[in-house]
Amino acid sequence: MDFNILSWLIWTPVLGAILIVILPKNRMHLIKWIAVFFTGIQLLLSILLWFNFDNNIQGFQFMEKSPWIPAFNITYMLGVDGLSLPMVGLTALLSFLCVFVSWNIDKAPKGYFSLFLLLDAGMMGVFLSLDFFLFYIFWEVMLLPMYFLIGIWGGPNREYAAIKFFLYTLFGSVLMLIAVLALYFSSGRTFDMIELMSTAPTALSQISWWGFSGVKVVWLLLFIGFAIKVPIFPFHTWLPLAHVEAPTAISVILAGVLLKMGTYGILRINFPMIPDGTVWFAGILAFLALINIIWGGMCALAQTDLKKMVAYSSINHMGYVMLGMSAVVAAGSKYGSNIAAAELGMNGAVLQMFNHGTITAMLFILVGVVYDRAHHRDINGFGGLASKTPIYAAIVALAWFAGLGLPGLSGFISEAMTFLGAFPVYRNIVILSTIGILLNAAYFLTSYQKIFLGKLNEKYKDLPEINRREILILVPLAILVIFLGIYPTPLIDIMKTTMSEIIFRVEASELLVK
Amino acid sequence: MDNIQSINFFIPELILVATIAFCLIIDFFLSKKNSFNVAYVALIGIILSGISLWFSSPLITTSLFLNSIVLDPFSRIFKFIFLISSFITILISLDTSELKNRSLGEYFTLITAMILGLILMTSSVDLIMIYLSIELVSIISFILAGYLRFKMISNEAAIKYVIYGAFSSGLMLYGFSLLYGLTGTTKLFEMNKVLFSHDFSHINLSLIVSFLLIIAGLGYKIAIAPFHFWTPDVYEGSPTPITAFFSVAPKAAGFALMIRFLNSLFGDFNPLNSENWVSIEGVPWQAILLLLSALTMIIGNLIAIQQENVKRLLAYSSIAHAGYILMGIPLLSKDGVFAVVFYIIVYLFMQLGAFYISIIIADKYKTEKIEDYAGIGWQSPFLGILMSLFMFSLTGLPPTAGFIGKFYLFAAVINAGTQYYWIAIVGVLNSVISLYYYMRIVKVMYFNEKNIQNSFVPSQFSILLLLILGIPTIYFGVQWTYIHEWVDSALKFFIPNF
Repeated sequence: MDFNILSWLIWTPVLGAILIVILPKNRMHLIKWIAVFFTGIQLLLSILLWFNFDNNIQGFQFMEKSPWIPAFNITYMLGVDGLSLPMVGLTALLSFLCVFVSWNIDKAPKGYFSLFLLLDAGMMGVFLSLDFFLFYIFWEVMLLPMYFLIGIWGGPNREYAAIKFFLYTLFGSVLMLIAVLALYFSSGRTFDMIELMSTAPTALSQISWWGFSGVKVVWLLLFIGFAIKVPIFPFHTWLPLAHVEAPTAISVILAGVLLKMGTYGILRINFPMIPDGTVWFAGILAFLALINIIWGGMCALAQTDLKKMVAYSSINHMGYVMLGMSAVVAAGSKYGSNIAAAELGMNGAVLQMFNHGTITAMLFILVGVVYDRAHHRDINGFGGLASKTPIYAAIVALAWFAGLGLPGLSGFISEAMTFLGAFPVYRNIVILSTIGILLNAAYFLTSYQKIFLGKLNEKYKDLPEINRREILILVPLAILVIFLGIYPTPLIDIMKTTMSEIIFRVEASELLVK
Repeated sequence: MDNIQSINFFIPELILVATIAFCLIIDFFLSKKNSFNVAYVALIGIILSGISLWFSSPLITTSLFLNSIVLDPFSRIFKFIFLISSFITILISLDTSELKNRSLGEYFTLITAMILGLILMTSSVDLIMIYLSIELVSIISFILAGYLRFKMISNEAAIKYVIYGAFSSGLMLYGFSLLYGLTGTTKLFEMNKVLFSHDFSHINLSLIVSFLLIIAGLGYKIAIAPFHFWTPDVYEGSPTPITAFFSVAPKAAGFALMIRFLNSLFGDFNPLNSENWVSIEGVPWQAILLLLSALTMIIGNLIAIQQENVKRLLAYSSIAHAGYILMGIPLLSKDGVFAVVFYIIVYLFMQLGAFYISIIIADKYKTEKIEDYAGIGWQSPFLGILMSLFMFSLTGLPPTAGFIGKFYLFAAVINAGTQYYWIAIVGVLNSVISLYYYMRIVKVMYFNEKNIQNSFVPSQFSILLLLILGIPTIYFGVQWTYIHEWVDSALKFFIPNF
């Protein structure tokens, strides 16, 4: 394609935000349709990108590169590969749908939608930038709209949730900044990620810090930055709070896209740039995955607030992603050169990132639907709703089953892949992790039973059924969940080549030689 | 160069001297009510001085007045910083109601005189000259701090400032005398030659003591811990435009003096030819400055968290900023000095901007309390957005200039070697702490909807001045190539030929 499609993907929403800012305050309807229009264009562009992407080419496609600050060797560099493309698609899709989720925002819609579009641009930028400086800018820029979106349009405890989210993520990203600079100076003054992938692995081992190798220090600094976003235990405490207080659409974006940035960063930066650190840490990563899976599941089981339950389920689901990622070491000769297992784990991890994005979006939207009508989310405060709202109950059943990993729905496939990939290396951890699946089933099924089955709670005998707008938002997600549950190959084909490349780079680490 | 020849290179300063005299004369003919017109004379003088500075050769490096002050690109860039910050300060002073209906002739004259002192501070290479220029700045500061003489708090500020100032000047003077005793000269470069010809491989107590005493004096000027105790009270009591000015210009001059003093005293005189300086051994001055930097950041930030008054909050946060800037000085690298100058330039815009908005709000709503800012974001979107911008920039969040400033500082620290990583980590963690209190202002403005009900549009003058401060704050965060090159070209120091 001879136009800069990646730049258009990032800057289209910014144009929309500017347009909304200059509009007069009272054109409520126009503001919403502008948001629809610009996120719609972005979605079309990402579909176009999706169809023009060549699955078999190694490296990055549709690259753009132009100087930005030559004096410091900072460039504006974008590119897309099999790892970022699914994330770009997910971001575009969820942003588009979330405009409709936010349709009834009546408090300062001008501010809401312009910030929302800026958030959209920031997320897109993170997934597309190949210059580390640019990546960092997008990574941080995204925090500002998020802070306001939670803080102004959120629930009762929104101020605390917003600042806690901001402090946690900024804490992570400033540590990342030190790692970025250490990489920059040790690898010959470049922010170019492609160049860093080839120079950083040897350059970092040259430096040491108080007796620790630069490899470990920089790996950990980057990891903490990303782990807070995922979030990985023990950095997860901001998540339930932020998810619960945020308005529905923002919860969807938080869980659907923002969490993926953490694992995306680890896969994009830690794995290929610092393979030694990755191998050194893989065991701990698998263990942290286990904690996330069990801890997230148990906390979800203990919740009485439906939204909090869904929030904790995200911690559990991101655990599977990490488990699949830790399988990368299977490719080394130390672990029997089991490249098939490594590929299974890594592809499973990215597939799980995508699937969790769609499933959790459904879960949060559905929680929002009932909250809009009943004005509370107490799991024990409902009962027998299935008889009053059968369509809603059916869609919830689908989403709940996808969340607990029912075979035939998308979550099952990716979770199974991560288990199978990690099994040859981390047998015990995988066996223990399966407890997480039981926990998932437990909390999803009990909550479903309490809300929809049994005797109808008289308070809700006039509860309105889910409306057409909400159904139309959920249908595309439901189709994806069912389709990828039956036939995930098209998505796996996209990421396969890139994952093999990352595995190849990690495999090159000396620590993996027998 | 002898005194007569030097005059040719001293024109911007001479224009300022003429302006000062002219201001005083004009003031005689103006009634108290019209005395604010002196400001226009001062503004014109500053502009003329700036023009003559602009057309002076940017590359010339020479010493003037029998080697007591120097002219080099490094001092030139600071002269611009002082002229710009005082220009903006005078404009702010014209707008504030704090100074309405007072005799303002001396006020503007003193600001102009202060610029002269600041310029001399950055150019001096002689102990006597350094001391005189510091005193010129300090004494004017005392008067300006107490300018609201019917307000108790302003008098208190002036008295506190005088006592602290006199004490630290005494300490510094004692340090100077020790240094003179050790080397037998007052010229920095000759001292350096003497120091380097001795063997200082072991710790030299008298040199360390004199260094510590001098750092106490300079540290007071730039308000680093533990010499910062005067700052909050003086900043709170002074007229707010003066507070804004104090938190930018004298600090910048203090840092410039520190860079020149330390590098020409303890360095090996080779800043032009290499990326890194070599330091004298026997004085652990780098370690001391790094510790002071860490201490300054932590103290400034932790106390700023507890503040309820916007002016005090900005005062403590300016202490923290001095801590960040101080990181760049002991690195002995061109990167470090570059980052310091770059940071001071971006800090000028964001700090003056934040203070100016607090002045506008104080004039309109008669309050300096953070809690009373509730709802301003909704009632006056322009002020809300710009205040948020300045807060983001002071925190160091992209895409603002404050981020780029911090980025360069941390880059210089990381580049200096792994032994400095700890201070970078202290620095970034302090940025996170500062997020909390800066965001508190943003939070109150937007999240709390009470108190301020009537919408408010600032005057056109205010809007224009805020845009002058706000546009660079965002623009230098997106495209700073020009300013990067400008600062880079300014990193040339005068070096004598021995």
